[in-house]
Amino acid sequence: MSTLVFLEHHGDELLKGSLGVVTKAATVAGGDIAGVVLGSDVRALAEGAGNFGAAKVYVADDPQLEAPLSQPRVDVLAQLIGDQGIDTVLFANSVLAADVAAGLAARLDAGLNWDLVDLTQENGKLVGKRPALQDSVYVDVGWTSEPRLALFRSGSFDPSETGGSAQIEDVEVVLEEFSTAARMVDQAHEESEGPSIEDAPVIVAGGRGLGGPENFTLVEQLAKALGGAVGATRAVVDAGWYPYATQVGQTGKTVSPKLYIACGISGAIQHKVGMQSSGVIVAINKDANAPIFEFADLGVVGDVHEVVPRLTELVKQRKGG
Amino acid sequence: MTKPADVPPPFRIAEYIAPPSDPEDERIDVGVLVVGAGPAGLACAIRLGQLLEDAPEIRERLGEVPVAVLDKGKQAGSHLLSGAVVNPRALRRLFKGRKRIDEMPFFGPVEHESVYFLTEKSALRIPTPPTMKNDGNYVASLSRLGRWLAEQAEEGGAMILPETAAEKLLVADGRTRGVRTGDKGRGRDGEPLGNFEPGADVVARVTVLAEGTQGHLTGVALQRFGLAGESPQIWALGVKEVWQVARPLDRVIHTMGWPLRGAAKYREFGGSFVYPMGGDMLTLGMVVGLDYRDVELSVHDLLQELKTHPFVRRLLEGGERIEWGAKTIPEGGFLALPKHLHAPGLLICGDGAGLVNVPALKGIHYAIESGSLAAEAAFAALQRGQTPWTPGALSAYDDALAQSFVWKDLQEVRNMRQAFGRGFWVGGALAGMMTATKGRLPPGNMRTERDAEVEPIRTDRARAYPAADGKLTFDKLSSVFASGNKTRDDQPNHIVIRREVPRDIAELWTRMCPAQVYEPSESGVDITPSNCVQCGAITAKGGRLTPPEGGSGPEYTLT
Amino acid sequence: MKIAVCVKQIPEGSSRIDPESKRLDRSGEGALNPFDANAVEEALRLRDAAGESEVVLVSMGPARAQDALRKALAMGADSAVLVSDEAAAGADLVATSYALSKALEREGADLILFGQQAGDSDGAVLWAAVADRLRLPVVSQAAGVTHENGKVTVKRQTEFGYDVIEAPLPAVVAVSDAINEPRYPSLKGIMGAKSKPQATVSLGDLGVEPERAGEQGSRTEVYALGDPPARGESKKIEDDGSAAQVILDFLAEKRLV
Repeated sequence: MSTLVFLEHHGDELLKGSLGVVTKAATVAGGDIAGVVLGSDVRALAEGAGNFGAAKVYVADDPQLEAPLSQPRVDVLAQLIGDQGIDTVLFANSVLAADVAAGLAARLDAGLNWDLVDLTQENGKLVGKRPALQDSVYVDVGWTSEPRLALFRSGSFDPSETGGSAQIEDVEVVLEEFSTAARMVDQAHEESEGPSIEDAPVIVAGGRGLGGPENFTLVEQLAKALGGAVGATRAVVDAGWYPYATQVGQTGKTVSPKLYIACGISGAIQHKVGMQSSGVIVAINKDANAPIFEFADLGVVGDVHEVVPRLTELVKQRKGG
Repeated sequence: MTKPADVPPPFRIAEYIAPPSDPEDERIDVGVLVVGAGPAGLACAIRLGQLLEDAPEIRERLGEVPVAVLDKGKQAGSHLLSGAVVNPRALRRLFKGRKRIDEMPFFGPVEHESVYFLTEKSALRIPTPPTMKNDGNYVASLSRLGRWLAEQAEEGGAMILPETAAEKLLVADGRTRGVRTGDKGRGRDGEPLGNFEPGADVVARVTVLAEGTQGHLTGVALQRFGLAGESPQIWALGVKEVWQVARPLDRVIHTMGWPLRGAAKYREFGGSFVYPMGGDMLTLGMVVGLDYRDVELSVHDLLQELKTHPFVRRLLEGGERIEWGAKTIPEGGFLALPKHLHAPGLLICGDGAGLVNVPALKGIHYAIESGSLAAEAAFAALQRGQTPWTPGALSAYDDALAQSFVWKDLQEVRNMRQAFGRGFWVGGALAGMMTATKGRLPPGNMRTERDAEVEPIRTDRARAYPAADGKLTFDKLSSVFASGNKTRDDQPNHIVIRREVPRDIAELWTRMCPAQVYEPSESGVDITPSNCVQCGAITAKGGRLTPPEGGSGPEYTLT
Repeated sequence: MKIAVCVKQIPEGSSRIDPESKRLDRSGEGALNPFDANAVEEALRLRDAAGESEVVLVSMGPARAQDALRKALAMGADSAVLVSDEAAAGADLVATSYALSKALEREGADLILFGQQAGDSDGAVLWAAVADRLRLPVVSQAAGVTHENGKVTVKRQTEFGYDVIEAPLPAVVAVSDAINEPRYPSLKGIMGAKSKPQATVSLGDLGVEPERAGEQGSRTEVYALGDPPARGESKKIEDDGSAAQVILDFLAEKRLV
């Protein structure tokens, strides 16, 4: 197998999601893992990928690749895949990576399986796992031809350092005319202060078990200490305790942070479908029979009014010290 | 104990009756307006299509849209729910020479049927009561049948308008002019949101109310035109589930007895059904009369309890629940029928009129027949020289219905439901007598009281309800999810009740509601209207359901 | 300006996968993919702002997809084209994007809009594949679109904030669900939808070769369906005063603090 991982960067850092895919690829496909970095002034970045298991990193370093736009990247990758005989290309999902992967699929008539959470080799066949129907079913998917393209759900794999280093190889950048038609006018202008609930890596959410709107401050303080956003259940939004924009669930937002802390939330299905693909779920609830304990990784049967402020203190201490 | 009737809802019919208000050139003008895309309304639209096919000059006169059917559900069928074993008689007549039974979306004829009397641990097979025999009948999903009927109606030239609630009855000069549809895009306090879309006046020569059980405008019209019958209407609440199971079911099953209590003081009238849906699917449900007394009675939880019975559990083994829903059924029968089913410019059909045969557990074929007859009466009144909005112009509908099998059937069983107010055993004996004598004995008419007038009692019934395990038994919220309900949470409240009520009433509503809309609060009751699946139980027991924003509520597909 | 909006019908009510075919059971009635309503809304706004413009819906699916199209027509779109062909069943991204691009080629639209994802399969990639086949610029996750002097300016929402991207027309834009609040169709709109032009075309009409259609033209396959994995070893404790510490240790172990 000849595997290539699309290494996305922001600023002067490779994204953790991409590096996690490198780590995963090394365990599934074995040694021959290459990465590819596309951008302007990115050579130094590329070298860092060796530390996560990439034996080789292709670098397309060109001012035309500075803006994070998908189409020029499709041009470069299509060429590279053809030249190097690469049979498998892996992406960690992002706005940019999804567009690159799909553009490439069309360009090469290559199969793309998306929203995968795992990849395995079974009897010499590569098999991806894709959750479907609100994650109630896991579908085993595969490819009928090469190259195979796979787009992984963000946060599926953690990167782990190998201490290795990668051989760097330059890639020629030849772009199609239509690929350069879209032009970045202004880039990544952050508009809100804290992370928005859709993008937050950590969400601390409150439900009716908080007892009253005034107790949402407990949730807010914990969210702040963890650098996360605040979520709410329908019941408390309905009751006017917290704004609708923070509602998680069937008729609110669907979120998948790395960490979801549910405070005083029973875990009705209407809430569950909005947050069940979170990486780690911690639940604090007085009612030992609350359904949330059936799908929480760590469940605490206890009083949110005591546990949450104490946890906030401990998190602050840890971060401060 | 306080009765639900002691806390009447702050509902004034005057708010739901108005003259047309849109400027004349902005009104939507249709020939015949049917409210409700269920079996009655769609049969009416289909029959009209057939009649207009041969009468092009009338069709021409009715304008661009000769027949329109409004429905509040997302699609035709979204709000349809029934058992259902269908007597094909009315469908045969409606589609004579056009469609055969085997072209209709049935799961097949009833080949075997069994009736059981359940105790907590055992199931005793008993002879099928004659009224319940289903030879020649077919199993169907009413939601699916409704969608098929909607296709037939459209092919016949009717315009189906889903996602549209009929909110007000347009009445001017003593005649029904049509309906005003509900606004969309209002916030919780009624404030218009960014995508606010006001309702519209839909005016018609004839308006046919085929709204089904607890019809909102039907209730308004019965009161406005003084049509209510001698006995009040009463209802039952049915809750059902659709399952995919390991072993196909080969028969239609009905049960009586457990988990209901037979003693007269509880007044628990009802039973359960299990019907095969072809292949690996089946449906099962529990129906209980809303004249029950126990504050702690919950039909949803009784259905969950029923599934834990060894006899039922076995049928579901290795299966998975795929849909859930609830709806009320009018059970007052013949004696609760309105005095007339017409008023100037107006006809009333189907379940909305109360055309249900309780001992036979049937109403769909009456709905279809009444819809067809309403179409024929409307058509006759649309002939040149006729004015359908003069008093009595539509009385041919009542006459035709009185001549039909619908009337004969209902008259024979007129006292049967009432008899069961005396408990299961006395009721059963009386019912047997009525069946044997085709309704001649006992003579006279038995009285009923409104469901809301029944004085509640309290037992500790709820202690026995099984906890939800998410596999065999389910809580109410996950059931609402399985109804496909994804109603916008910030809609205005559509449930008219008093909020400051005694604790017993708050608990009665909480237990009664299968969709977890009500919750006792310090001062009375809190509500979550977006959970509502519009079953109508609240209207029977001290509240009033009005239509929410069109397109909201459950999205049934298999019920 | 001619704006094409690609829309999809999805099953109504609760979805399930047919264990035999391993495809989504599409026997339920067709509902309009809710995310596509945002694209239709944006198209209508752009049309009305530009004047002398039209909005055409383009869809692929079984004949029932007409119902979903009719909902979008009721909102105010002008016409609809449905690519409906049994041979298209089971198509993956490669086959779908090919057939769809052929249909779009025929329309010759100045702007092609997509919704942000499919409500059933959660697919969120089709636009980029279609754009590549049509050799047109593409921008996704649009939280705002303006049109001026033959180009669109798109505010794109990414993980890092907002980008502003310009593209000359014709172009492909996928809008996010944050871009607008879709309108409710008016009753007149619903009534008028039925008489709007709705064409159905086959793959043959579009010149799609059989070997590039449906399952045959696909490059991915489904092997098996399974239950979701248990969520690791799930722990449940009673708070005896130390729960906060237990949570913190757990988070530390998972490297979440």
